[in-house]
Amino acid sequence: MMQHDSHGHGEGHGSLKSYVIGFVLSIVLTIIPLVLVMNKVLSGTALVVAIMAMAVLQLFVQLFFFMHIREGEKPRYNVQALILGAVILLTIVAGSIWVMSFNSMVQ
Amino acid sequence: MWEDIKSFASTFFVTGDPLIYGADVAIVLTTLAIVFVLTKYKKWGWLWREWLTTVDHKKIGIMYLICSLLMLFRGGVDALLMRLQLALPNVEFLHSEHYNAIFTTHGTIMILFMAMPMMFALFNIVVPLQIGARDVAYPFLNALSFWLFFFGAMLFNLSFVIGGSAESGWLAYPPLSEKMFSPGVGQDFYIWGIQISGIGSLATGINFLVTILKMRAPGMSLMKMPLFSWSVLSSCITIIYAFPILTVTLALLFIDRYLGAHIFTMDGGGNPMMYVNLIWMWGHPEVYIVVLPAFGIFSEIVATFSKKQIFGYKSMVFAMIIISVLSFFTWAHHFFTMGAGADVNSFFAISTMAIAIPTGVKVFNWLFTMFRGRIQLKQPMLWTIAFIPCFVIGGATGVMLAVAPADYQYHNSYFLIAHFHQVLIGGVVFGYLAGIYYWWPKMFGFKLDERLGKWGFWLWNIGFYVCFMPQYALGFMGMTRRLYTYGWDLGWAPLNLVSTVGAFMMGLGFVFQVWQIAYSIKHGERDTTGDPWNGRTLEWSIPSPAPVYNFAVIPQVKEADDWWATKQARANGTANEAPAKLEPIHMPKNSGIPFIMSFFWFIAGFGFVWGWTWWIVIGLAGVGISMLVRSFQYDTDYYIPVDEVRRTEASLGRAV
Repeated sequence: MMQHDSHGHGEGHGSLKSYVIGFVLSIVLTIIPLVLVMNKVLSGTALVVAIMAMAVLQLFVQLFFFMHIREGEKPRYNVQALILGAVILLTIVAGSIWVMSFNSMVQ
Repeated sequence: MWEDIKSFASTFFVTGDPLIYGADVAIVLTTLAIVFVLTKYKKWGWLWREWLTTVDHKKIGIMYLICSLLMLFRGGVDALLMRLQLALPNVEFLHSEHYNAIFTTHGTIMILFMAMPMMFALFNIVVPLQIGARDVAYPFLNALSFWLFFFGAMLFNLSFVIGGSAESGWLAYPPLSEKMFSPGVGQDFYIWGIQISGIGSLATGINFLVTILKMRAPGMSLMKMPLFSWSVLSSCITIIYAFPILTVTLALLFIDRYLGAHIFTMDGGGNPMMYVNLIWMWGHPEVYIVVLPAFGIFSEIVATFSKKQIFGYKSMVFAMIIISVLSFFTWAHHFFTMGAGADVNSFFAISTMAIAIPTGVKVFNWLFTMFRGRIQLKQPMLWTIAFIPCFVIGGATGVMLAVAPADYQYHNSYFLIAHFHQVLIGGVVFGYLAGIYYWWPKMFGFKLDERLGKWGFWLWNIGFYVCFMPQYALGFMGMTRRLYTYGWDLGWAPLNLVSTVGAFMMGLGFVFQVWQIAYSIKHGERDTTGDPWNGRTLEWSIPSPAPVYNFAVIPQVKEADDWWATKQARANGTANEAPAKLEPIHMPKNSGIPFIMSFFWFIAGFGFVWGWTWWIVIGLAGVGISMLVRSFQYDTDYYIPVDEVRRTEASLGRAV
C-alpha cells in the first residue's frame, strides 16, 4: 500500500542515467579483481588489499546509485541503519580476522 | 534403454528402506486424496483465487501457520524416530546413515521450516491489526516471501524420498559437507532449500520493519506501540543484518561443491573453521530472531490475563533492542573448543553472559506484572507461566555453557542438547503456542477448547522435563550428541529410556492439540464480540475474524494500550468519540506472480541440485520473466466502495 502512496508525492527513485552509471561501475569494479587474479598481476598482500578496496568501493556505488541513500524524507532512519550496518560489518570482518587468527599460530 | 531408466531411478529415488517406501505410499495417497477432494467439490478455482494468489496478510499468516504445523509434525516424527533408536543400547532400528539424515533434517526443519514460519505466521496475523494498519507495507512482497519459503521447504523435504537427505548436521559443517565426504545430492537439497526460503525470510524482515516504522495508526508513537510489535521490530532488525551472512556462507559452500573451489576444504588453502565462524555469525542471532517475538507474545499475554499494564514498558523495549544488537557479539561461544586463545574465548564468554542481563530484566518485569494482578489461568497464560521456570533453568545452564573453560567439558555433549532444547522449546515453542492460543479467535472466530488444551499442555510440560532433564545427566556421564547407538557397559540405558518416554509424551501432547483444533472447529466457543479475552491492544477492537480491510476507520491512538483506555472511557461515560466517517478503502489486488515466480525458483533449485543445466536455465528465465511482467503491471490496486464497507460492517454486527 505504501508503494502506491509514495508515487503520489513524487519521491525520487533515481533516473535511468544514475542506474546505468551504477550498473557500469559495479561491473567494472567486479571485473578489476577478476583480471588481477586471472592474469596474476598482483600477489600476496597487495592483491588482498586491492580486492578489498574494490569491494568497499562497490559498497558505496550500491548505496548511492541503487539504495538512494541521499534521498528520503527522514534521513535519520538512514543514518541510524547505516551506523548499525557499519558496526555489524566491522564486527563481521574484524571479528572474523580476530577469531580466526589462531589459524596462523597453529600452522 | 530399460537399464538406463533403472539405473537413473535407483539414484533418483531413495531405495532400500521400508520406512521410506511407507512414506512414498503415504505421500502418493495424500496427494491423490487432495487432488480428488479439490476436483470433486470443484475447489481448484477457489484455491487459486482465495489462497494461492492472495496478498492479504491474514490469509498469508494462516498459510504460514498451516505449513509450520505440518513441519512441526515432520520434525517431531524425526525426533521420535531418534528417541526410539536411542531408547535402549544396541537397537537396530535405524542404521547409522539414516540416523544422521534424520538428526540433520530434524534440526534444519525445526529451526528454519517450523520456528521461522510459525513466527512469520504471527507477524502476519497480528502486526498490522495491532498497529492499526490495513495491510503490510509491501503486500506483493509478502506473498512472494511466503511462496519462496513454501517452495524452499518443499525442495528440502523432497530430499526425503528423492535423492536422499543431507547427513552432515543441521549447520552442515565442512569438511564433512564438502563434495569429497558428502558426494550425494542431499547436501545440495539442503543448500538450495535454505537459500530459496532465506530470500523470503530477508524480504519479510524488511517488509515488517517498514510496516512498523511507516504504517502505524496516527497517534501511535513508537513508545505507545504494543510490545509484540516492538519485539517484531527488534527481530526484523536482526533478520536484516543476519540473513545475508547465511546466504553468503551457503553460497560459498555451494561454490566449493559445484565448481570445485577450495574455500572451506582441508587442502588448497581452504579453512573449514572459517565456515563455522561465518555460519554462527548468522546462527547465533538466529536464535534471538526466533525468541524475541516469543518475548513479545508473553508480554501481551501477561498484561491481558493479569488485568494490568505491563510492568516496566520502557525497560522491556530497551532490553529487546539491546538483545537484538548484543546477539551479534556472541557467536564464537559455539566453538570455544576451536582453541582461538584466551583473549577471544574470554571476550565471547563475557558477552554471552551479558545477554543474560536484559533477559533477566524481562523475566522480572513479567513477574512484577503478575504481582497483585487478577490472574486468569486461560490457555495462553498457562503456557506463559510454564515458560518462565523452564526458560530460567535453560538460561542458567546457558550461563554454565558460557564459561569457556568449563565448556570444554560440556561441548557437543547431551548437556548442550538439553540446554538448547530447553530454551528453544521452553522459550520459542511455548511462546508461539501461547500466541496461537491467544490470537486464534482473532484468526478464525472461535476459541480452542480448554479441556483438550489442558491435556495437551500437561503432556507437553511433563513430557518436556521427563525427556530433557535426564539428558543433562547423560551429558555429564559422557554421552555425546549425534551418536546413533551405544553399548550396555556405559550405563546410559535407564536415563535414555526415560528420555524416550518423555519424548513420546510430548508427541501425545501434540496429538491432543490436533484433536483440540479438530474438535473446536465444530464445538469451540464462538467469538462474537471480537474481544474474547478482554484485551488491551487495537487488534481486539475489530470483529473476529477481521474483515479484509481490517479497520473500517483507521483508529486515532491516544495512549499505550489504547483499546483498554477506550473501553475504560466508554464504561465511565467519558468517551469522546467523533462519529466515524467512512471513506473508500484503498487495497492491493491479488496476484499470481509470487506463486509462479517461486515455482520457477524451485525448478532452478532442483536443476542446481542435480546439475541439470536446462532446468537451471528454464527456472532462472522464469524468475526473470516474472519480475519483468510485474515491473510493467500498473493495475495493482483497487478501492472498496463505502457501501460495501458499510454492508460488511453491518453483517459483522457493527453499526458505522
